[in-house]
Amino acid sequence: MDLKEIIAHLLKENFPGVNVELIEYKNELTLRVEKQHIVKVCKFLKENADLQFTLCEDITAIDWAKRKNRFTVVYHIFSLKSKNRLAVKVDVDESDCSIDSVASVWKTANWHERETYDMYGIKFSNHPDLRRMYMPEEFEYYPLRKDFPVMGIPGSLPLPKK
Amino acid sequence: MGLEAKLTDDGFFTTKLDAIIEWSRKYSVWPMPMGISCCAIEMMAAGDPKYDIARFGSEVMRFTPRQCDLMIVAGTVTYKMSHVVRKIYDQMPDPKWVIAMGACTSSGGMYRSYNVVQGIDQFLPVDIYLAGCPPRPDNLLNALIQIQDKIGKTRAKDFQDIKLPELTVLQSN
Amino acid sequence: MERLTKDDVHPKILEALLDADTDITVDDALENEMILNMGPQHPATHGVLRLLLRLDGETVVACVPELGYLHRGYEKMAENMSYYEFIPHTDRLDYLSPMANNVAWVLAVEKLAGIEAPPRAQYIRMMVSELARIASHLVAIGALAMDVGALTVFLWTLREREKILDIWDILCGARFTNSYTRIGGVANDIQPEALAKVKWFINQYEENLDECERLLNTNRIFVERLDGVGVISAKDAIDYGLTGPSLRGSGVELDLRRATPYLFYNEMDFKVVTYPEGDSLSRYFVRADETRESIKIIRQVLDKMPQGDTLLNQPKKVLPKKTEIYSRMEELIHDFMIVNFGINPPAGDVYSAVENPKGELGFYFVSQGEGRPWKCKIRSPSFVNLQALPHLVKGQMVSDVVAIIGSIDPVMGEADK
Ligand code: SF4
Repeated sequence: MDLKEIIAHLLKENFPGVNVELIEYKNELTLRVEKQHIVKVCKFLKENADLQFTLCEDITAIDWAKRKNRFTVVYHIFSLKSKNRLAVKVDVDESDCSIDSVASVWKTANWHERETYDMYGIKFSNHPDLRRMYMPEEFEYYPLRKDFPVMGIPGSLPLPKK
Repeated sequence: MGLEAKLTDDGFFTTKLDAIIEWSRKYSVWPMPMGISCCAIEMMAAGDPKYDIARFGSEVMRFTPRQCDLMIVAGTVTYKMSHVVRKIYDQMPDPKWVIAMGACTSSGGMYRSYNVVQGIDQFLPVDIYLAGCPPRPDNLLNALIQIQDKIGKTRAKDFQDIKLPELTVLQSN
Repeated sequence: MERLTKDDVHPKILEALLDADTDITVDDALENEMILNMGPQHPATHGVLRLLLRLDGETVVACVPELGYLHRGYEKMAENMSYYEFIPHTDRLDYLSPMANNVAWVLAVEKLAGIEAPPRAQYIRMMVSELARIASHLVAIGALAMDVGALTVFLWTLREREKILDIWDILCGARFTNSYTRIGGVANDIQPEALAKVKWFINQYEENLDECERLLNTNRIFVERLDGVGVISAKDAIDYGLTGPSLRGSGVELDLRRATPYLFYNEMDFKVVTYPEGDSLSRYFVRADETRESIKIIRQVLDKMPQGDTLLNQPKKVLPKKTEIYSRMEELIHDFMIVNFGINPPAGDVYSAVENPKGELGFYFVSQGEGRPWKCKIRSPSFVNLQALPHLVKGQMVSDVVAIIGSIDPVMGEADK
């Protein structure tokens, strides 16, 4: 059985009511889940003895600008046991721009989520320390949103006096 | 006529105060390496055995601004960093000089983006703009020589209109 | 280190610092805990990293790193330029190993576009990324030694690094912002002089490394300042997402060159170096040993390197050679199209990661079938490795902090992006 079937099988068995979708593209496996299930699915993927996705490599978001669900949060996780990579995708709508934090599953998620919050303004509930990662705390915009200009908003960041 | 000969002969020599101050200042420029990003690596390379900045009397890189008279700003200055750079500049004692090393510090360089200051001359007085991304160490040495030239041309009267902070004299009874 | 005023520290940072849960208690604690600011202008923080340390006497009780002093907006810029245009920007990510970043970028783009470079180009890429690894580790070792007070080694390792920079100089005309790779190959074939220089370099390198190691490994001050300092267990290291030498220093055998082979690493014979202790000293040992393995890989690459093209012949995706652009109509048109509209890879998303000197460097692209990426995420190793810093310095002395930073070897260019 390849990884796709194993994951599909295991998730079906353990989470009967949860809609999951597995897509394969260019040898990369993507798992789509719904927003409310993200923490328990991640916890399962990490702790299941067959899967062991113990290394969380990256968390980021995609801004689709005009689509119905404006943002997609993407988690890249890696299994040290089978040396496989899995992308987990969750859609987030702009009207309710928040998602549960997975910092309790992987400690490394802490900074990744802070970065995503800084760049996209997606709030991670139950996050231990949700602050801006790069931009000054007073900055009001979210730079990686598609409606933010590359050169920024003049006057939004102060310079020291000459 | 070496200085030593003069000194062993007469035991003294006469010169203008300006000249001797300039001369000593010129060949012992102490840089403040404001290394921020990639250019800092080339600045580091200028100190290594191959390029050897010590030949020009400037190997004493001091990491505390109080002891320096030349600030080499090497690397991309972001808005967040600009306040720090300015603060450190303000801590350096006068007279002081600034080299803007690399395209980033001179003009923002390849970063046309929301968080990069498009040229540090927006908040710092710059003496030498050094082109290149990064400038080669030889180029930095060239800039140093030019700074030395510039120092050689300054006179004490150039500093007349620098206002010193007023001293408060404590009165004791 | 300077005195802090209220305006210097944002209340939220302070709050995080005071909230940071800590189980460190000191027997005869001074009455007052102290908050110490370190950076962003500090010789030992390897760039513009700022740390706020909560001290009890000299013991670090908690630490909050503050990033963003070098945030240049790479991901935003990448969305506004074509895949070719971004190659020079990858040089400035981890500016101690630009070549390795170049290779990582083009591998990711090639995966997205579904093309593959000719074998000779891939061998050259392998060679340059191993040389870049040596150069980067040399600076890491030298800077670590300097941080704990051994300046000589720093000058010696820089001298070795200069030799590699000389190779770059011949190979692509720049000392360290190389931009040498191209989508579908490399910019030019490797010149005989450069090849000769590489051969000369690998033959004399190990002797010089031995010399440096003799200075360090038998130096009591160096060893005792690192031994048992900044320990992280294998489980914690994985949990914090560490990669690269920092992870292998904790005994976890993860090397993407082995785990998910790219280029021709599966044909190479090399050892994945691990040390079990998880302290600063073992991270230093991993780096030193890894450079030897790199030399071994370069030897094999030189042996096996096939003849042939160094650039793929695929006019819609790969820039044609300059000489052809000037003499032939069709190439001129392709060049015009690629430069102005980009290579338009098919819609979809890929994540591609390689083993960089600092750890796993990954690029995540979302393409909408246009010349520019819709989204480009850079997963930089330094950013993630830095996250373990509060864990590593907790309970250590304040003077160990610099040694620990040196041992995880962050480069702020890629940590802040
Ligand atoms: S000028 Fe170039 S090398 Fe220097 S800091 Fe800027 S990007 Fe880096």
